[in-house]
Amino acid sequence: MTATTTRERLGALASTPLVWGLVAIVVLLAINSLRDPGYLGVELAESGRLTGNPIDILRTAAPLLMIALGMTLVVATGGIDLSVGSAMVIGGAVSMEMLQAGDGSVGSAMAALGMALLITAVLGAINGLLVAFVGLQPFITTLVTMLAGRGLAKVITEGQNTSASNEAFRWIANGTVLGAPVVFLIALAILVIVVVLVRTTALGMLIESIGIDPKASRMAGIDRRSLLVAVYVISGVLGGVAGVFATGSVMTVDVSNTGLLLELDAILAVVVGGTALTGGRFSLAGAAIGALLIATLDKTVVFLGVSSAATPAFKAVVIVALCLLQSATIRERLSRVRLRAPRREVTA
Amino acid sequence: MEPRPPIVEMRGITIEFPGVKALDGVDLRLLPGEVHTLMGENGAGKSTLIKALTGVYRFQEGELIVAGEPVRLDGTASAQAAGISTVYQEVNLCENLSIGENVMLGQEPRTRLGIDWRRLHALASEALEALGLGDLDTRQSLSTLSLAVQQLVAISRAIVANAKVLILDEPTSSLDANEVARLFAVMRDLRDRGVAILFVSHFLEQVYEISDRLTVLRNGRHEGEFAIDEIDRSALISLMIGKDADTLDAIAQKREAAPREVDAEPLLRARGIARRGAIVPTDLELHAGEVLGFAGLLGSGRTELARLLYGADRLDAGTIELHGRPVALTSPAAALRHRIVFSSENRRDEGIIRDLTVRENVVLAVQAKRGWLRRIATSQQRTLVDDCIARFDVRPAQPERRIGTLSGGNQQKVLLGRWLATDPEIVILDEPTRGIDVGAKADIQAAVLELASRGVAVIFISSELDEVVRLSDRIVVLKDHAVIATLENGPDVTSETIVARIADADAQEEAA
Repeated sequence: MTATTTRERLGALASTPLVWGLVAIVVLLAINSLRDPGYLGVELAESGRLTGNPIDILRTAAPLLMIALGMTLVVATGGIDLSVGSAMVIGGAVSMEMLQAGDGSVGSAMAALGMALLITAVLGAINGLLVAFVGLQPFITTLVTMLAGRGLAKVITEGQNTSASNEAFRWIANGTVLGAPVVFLIALAILVIVVVLVRTTALGMLIESIGIDPKASRMAGIDRRSLLVAVYVISGVLGGVAGVFATGSVMTVDVSNTGLLLELDAILAVVVGGTALTGGRFSLAGAAIGALLIATLDKTVVFLGVSSAATPAFKAVVIVALCLLQSATIRERLSRVRLRAPRREVTA
Repeated sequence: MEPRPPIVEMRGITIEFPGVKALDGVDLRLLPGEVHTLMGENGAGKSTLIKALTGVYRFQEGELIVAGEPVRLDGTASAQAAGISTVYQEVNLCENLSIGENVMLGQEPRTRLGIDWRRLHALASEALEALGLGDLDTRQSLSTLSLAVQQLVAISRAIVANAKVLILDEPTSSLDANEVARLFAVMRDLRDRGVAILFVSHFLEQVYEISDRLTVLRNGRHEGEFAIDEIDRSALISLMIGKDADTLDAIAQKREAAPREVDAEPLLRARGIARRGAIVPTDLELHAGEVLGFAGLLGSGRTELARLLYGADRLDAGTIELHGRPVALTSPAAALRHRIVFSSENRRDEGIIRDLTVRENVVLAVQAKRGWLRRIATSQQRTLVDDCIARFDVRPAQPERRIGTLSGGNQQKVLLGRWLATDPEIVILDEPTRGIDVGAKADIQAAVLELASRGVAVIFISSELDEVVRLSDRIVVLKDHAVIATLENGPDVTSETIVARIADADAQEEAA
């Protein structure tokens, strides 16, 4: 009896998309460790910072983690937000311009941060209003704001890659607390805040409801439009946070490249995390694992010396393999093959 | 008559889902050239048995013999290859394709260059001709047809596939009387040509009109196989619900005993409410503690009027007053705030949220009313869902189960639970008993009367006039988007009275 329940539990575990993401991360790290047994080592440098590959991965995963969270909520409503990469560059451009004009104080860092988040919230609100009240398709709406957003960033910096210096702002992306990277700690804190916001209120259930069936949700008295606006605003603001993370580490906004194509990585992270693009049930933890996986993958590609031309193909292979493992149909096939093999019954 | 060997024989079919034994050693025999009805309550295992027969589900035990040969089905395609075709309650055709394409889907005649369109349409016309639909233009889009005709198109598809067995799963649930008569004519014709028809319906009258034999299921078990003249209605009902069939009679008596106080001031007063293409300007009064029936044929405006009262559709004209004060019911959310709830006739598209659990579906409207910030505490959610499950005997009694996996009747009960959880003042029920079994029907009707006795105003809409007459205090009769009469219910009012009113209005129109 115990044998079957263990089997069932394993089966249930295998059908959780989260688990496969974690397995993939472990496998990638194991491959890297085979190549270099010291790969996973973390050292405490003289400056009091922790250094090592795992720390690097966490640091680089932070921006992606932010936009993947927002993307998860938008996807859960049955939409998609292609403009998150542009929200990043706008957030970066606004803060760099403000910092350049500022006096390098903590106050001006706060002001820059606040303005970046405000502007990206407005960008999200525009998406939300167009989708919810005008009834435009999310794909089209956010494609437009994606293109317009990057244009706006160039207008803000007058086409320059603006640099600035402000120690407080730099600390957000590069600082450490007890050796750990601040940027990842903030990302973790925001993950917790979003999870709490969504699951201790009814926001999560209502988002899932409108994602599964907008018509039936309306008949149940759910105000779909305000939920949509809220979700796109959250996604915009998280894009702004990601932009601050990404530009803060080099204290320069690259208007042509900051956040470029990162919306695609975010969508990948969401899907890898087990949220269907058709909307409905979603998993924020899954998206977080997905973001970590993609960061690990990026790092691995560089470490293994895959030529930069072949990098996208390599990434694609890993993602496809993962999606296959998550597919119920494929798993069923695999387990049937296993069942056919002679198997000794364990009796307690 | 010589004994015919069965075309399909299922023996000892057992299907187990995690935690539930859906079928337990069920037998079914279909003879060629018969209409065989599968009877049972919601959740008795009818759909599961059909899915086993069509290869959707695999069975753990038992055997399936088609035309004398044991068969193993792995998937719907192999069932079709064995000559078993299915037409479901919700027609599964492609609305965006033409009629001809739908008829011939998967059987398209081909030339070397691809599909032979001319022959396709000729063959499709031929198949439709056999059902008396020869006048249809097969090049038109399927969406131009009424649901009833679409159903016949689906059946013609089975003929093209040369089906030996045709399964009709509640084909009549959304048809009016004329359409049912047409469907039955087609069924008889197919039967006479030797097709074995497996029929599922909740309308007893229809079952007795069309069936040759029937098989009764209850709780996943086989309760017996009868020729139609071997078993009378009350015996059949007892067998299906496993308790005495007097429940329904008891309800009728309860209604008469229920006290009726109609205060002078109506709870809701509608003046001249109208919507283009749906309902002409209409006045309506609804009192606390009364059951107001809406009677009329499909498309008479009964649903349209109800939707206006819930804010599901906007008013073009007119005003609605609640407690003597004008209110703007601009959305379902607004109506909900005014303690009005509406259970749609379209359970699947406007009722359940299929991927949410039973618990989430029950609390949804209450939560929507409270707003997303004030989440209902987990313990309170438990109480709400447990109440609903206990009150309406929802099966399986698992709050964390996805509602999409429940049978239709149980989904309906959960929805009723959702609306009642909001503590409404006005409850509008559009076809709450459609497609559900006798036992669940009795539960829902009892709930309606109980609500009214507590002072809730209920608007009850049903195609089954007997049901409307049994429950209502007053009956609004609708026809062609207008109210043609409001009747005080009494001993002299019967379903015939209402039919006469509707027919009478027809006669007057002709005279005019």
